Amino acid sequence: MSINIRGVHKRFGDFHALNNINLEVPTGKLVALLGPSGSGKTTLLRIISGLETADEGSILFQDEDVTGRSVRDREVGFVFQHYALFRHMTVFENIAFGMRVRKAPNSEVQSRVKELLQLVRLEGLGQRYPAELSGGQRQRVALARALAVRPRMLLLDEPFGALDAKVRQELRSWLRKLHEEMHVTTVFVTHDQEEAFEVADQVVVLRGGQIEQVGTPTEVFDHPATPFVMDFLGNVNVFQGRLENGEMHLGPFRMDYPEYTHSHAQQATAYVRPHELELTREPASSRSLAARVIQLNPAGSVLKARVRSEDLGIELTVDVVREQADLLRLRVGDDVFVSPRNVRVFLPSDFAI
Amino acid sequence: MHLDRRVRKSAGRMVANEPAWLRWLLIGLAFFIVGWLIVLPLVYVFWQALSGGLGLFWKNVWHDPDTRHAIWLTLTVAPLAVLLNTLFGLAAAWVITRFDFPGKPLLVTLLDLPFAVSPVVAGLCFMLLFGMQGWWGPLLRTWGIKVVFAWPGILLATMFVTLPFVARELIPLMQALGPDEELAAISLGANPWQMFWRVTLPNIRWGLLFGVIQCHARAIGEFGAVYVVSGHIAGETDTMPLRVEKLFQEYNNPGSFAVAAVLALIALGTLVLGKLVLKHLEPPEQPESEPLS
Amino acid sequence: MFRRWIRPSPLPGFLPALGLTAAILSLLLLIPLVACVVKATSLTPQEFLAAAWSPRARSAYLLTFGAALAAAVADVILGTLLAWVLVRYEFPGRSAIDTLIDLPFALPTAVAGLVYSALYVKTGWLGRWLTPLGFHGAYSRTAIVLVLTFLGLPFVVRTVQPVLESLEGDIEEAAASLGASRSQTFGRILLPSMWPGIVTGFALAFARGLGEYGSVVFVSGNMPFKTEIAAVLVVARLEEFKYAEATAVAVVLLASSLSTLWLINWLEARSRRHAS
Repeated sequence: MSINIRGVHKRFGDFHALNNINLEVPTGKLVALLGPSGSGKTTLLRIISGLETADEGSILFQDEDVTGRSVRDREVGFVFQHYALFRHMTVFENIAFGMRVRKAPNSEVQSRVKELLQLVRLEGLGQRYPAELSGGQRQRVALARALAVRPRMLLLDEPFGALDAKVRQELRSWLRKLHEEMHVTTVFVTHDQEEAFEVADQVVVLRGGQIEQVGTPTEVFDHPATPFVMDFLGNVNVFQGRLENGEMHLGPFRMDYPEYTHSHAQQATAYVRPHELELTREPASSRSLAARVIQLNPAGSVLKARVRSEDLGIELTVDVVREQADLLRLRVGDDVFVSPRNVRVFLPSDFAI
Repeated sequence: MHLDRRVRKSAGRMVANEPAWLRWLLIGLAFFIVGWLIVLPLVYVFWQALSGGLGLFWKNVWHDPDTRHAIWLTLTVAPLAVLLNTLFGLAAAWVITRFDFPGKPLLVTLLDLPFAVSPVVAGLCFMLLFGMQGWWGPLLRTWGIKVVFAWPGILLATMFVTLPFVARELIPLMQALGPDEELAAISLGANPWQMFWRVTLPNIRWGLLFGVIQCHARAIGEFGAVYVVSGHIAGETDTMPLRVEKLFQEYNNPGSFAVAAVLALIALGTLVLGKLVLKHLEPPEQPESEPLS
Repeated sequence: MFRRWIRPSPLPGFLPALGLTAAILSLLLLIPLVACVVKATSLTPQEFLAAAWSPRARSAYLLTFGAALAAAVADVILGTLLAWVLVRYEFPGRSAIDTLIDLPFALPTAVAGLVYSALYVKTGWLGRWLTPLGFHGAYSRTAIVLVLTFLGLPFVVRTVQPVLESLEGDIEEAAASLGASRSQTFGRILLPSMWPGIVTGFALAFARGLGEYGSVVFVSGNMPFKTEIAAVLVVARLEEFKYAEATAVAVVLLASSLSTLWLINWLEARSRRHAS
């Protein structure tokens, strides 16, 4: 069941929640709507489900126009951020609800609910009430409830937001496995970049009601289309400089940038990820930048070094791999050299931040 | 108006560090106040009603045809008014807590209006509409419908005075519950009726019951509006409170106290029932909270 | 834009519920009140003044207003004490008192009136002690204040109770650790926090007292210029079939209680803003 979103606009009073959204979700894929709060991701999800109505534009499920249809008729499974379990019904009755309102025969209900309880690993908890369950258990009930009526697609609104880190981790990989088993088209909303990357086949980065980029996790991380995408997905070092004749001028420092061949200078911003900077005791090349170590944070498998370049007047974060760090034996105050392996340059005229 | 009579548990400990003598003085004063203003009158009603013996009490209540009629009238009109106001309250609470629309604040303010209008004024207004010189009175008469000086007028007057009770109880409750469960039900395929019966109603049942109890107590006790509208015709349009007054005017003390005692008994029953229901009215659990175990 | 009006929400029942609510509010509430105001305008300004501002009416307003005010003040004193004791102390009978506080809400006003008048007449249980002392609790203005105090008491208790309950114990401990005496803690910290609840309770009791009829009719004796409240005057005019004049007085009553309602809402909005 593919989803096709065309020209969707949504306003709440003066606030433009969504601006000309065009998106295609292929059948059977797990897609993440990723973005900061206010980016419109939840609104978009709710419009897909029918819980909200777009002001303009259309929604198609597998080439069928569902724009005018109520949420009841769209056959989507929606999992709410705070689960919205029926507090006065047992887990069993919660999951059975969709079948009960369709007047399914009791035998069918019994077997299907049992099947789902096994699927979400909550066998034996059928007679409990939501108030007696942990957050992670409630989340799984909500999912089972949505799946019970074999929906055409699954829509999840920040499904793991309210849970502990460890529970989040478990549920993430569990969702991924579930998706691989069931292959239901799934769209979920998250503000957590790590979560999107771990779970999704495809990531849609949203900001201010517009789509910044769509692609696989690797694509958006390695080839960000805009400065926002680069900055939102992981840490980044930012340099302001000038492009001229195939080179990036950052103060007294020069870097190769063959993509820019024009002779007239252009203001530009350069972005480098912390793991794309190399730290050495001696200059690795003529393009190495002199700096002094001001802070060292061991972070598991990586040493996060904060260094200051007096020439450029800026501070940089460098992720040094453990083996390298052991070799260098860095200490605060050491003089080092920083060389970029990969730089992305964005012209301010193309992008406004 | 928020007269939230639910006891909200405070998070912190209660630190009462007043010296014992002061504490006991205040407690004593509290007992005195409640005893003087509330308990004594209550005891007096029953004492007076039963002072001639149980037989006389029963005679006054049951063997007086006008009193019997008054009891019957009250116990049919009041529940009917409560039923209609409950339907209204459900509709009002639904539209106010689940939707946004222009004029909503006005609607909410209008709901409180009956509290601001003296019952006598309310009765007067219905006289102006349905009396013989009223807007619609003569027309309805030609159709054979009698509103004032008859039970429809009493019903309307009672409904006016008790209109907000159920709605006011349901609105904060439904506001706190939020629409998510109902939205989930709809997304799972429930039709509006199924959503209401299986999801909404079970969640609000205690608040609804509490509102109905309060509404009922008020409906039974209404005096001023009914006095004006009914014409207080003995044996025809006297409700129980009106009967108390009539017997009082006739200097029939045992009689009026007998009816008053029945009313007081109903009031006590209301209090007890209300207290029992209140226990079930915990504030709705916030969805993100973890269970206490 | 248009779509939003066809289906404002996935939840059902918007139009039916709104329709029913609006219909009942208009038919039961608005139209009757409009009829009242329209009738009042059928009088010329002089006639209106003669009816609504006659000496008898004036004395009725004064009495109504004064009695409601006095009762509300009494309710504040008594009710705050009751709320204080109920919230802060544990003692046998606490639960019973807590339940009984609501009796004035549940009891028909006619019963209250009947009992209060019987208790305080010369031969009544309380009257026989109090009358020789000069306290005339029946067929007097005092009687009106007494019964209004009874009726308004729960309002103050139930508005002050939640406020006291929400006070954290550490606030008092903090004050004590900073050197405040008990009365200072009470005066500077506890009383100010209770104040919004007290004021709201006062306003509610006052509004109640303005409109009360059923109980006052029993206890006051309804003597014009002496113990006749405005509501009784309205009924008196009605029974004389002088509808327009009754309406004139009713309109004055209406205006004053509507202002009180507005005041209460404003106070509540204000205290909501000041609260967390």
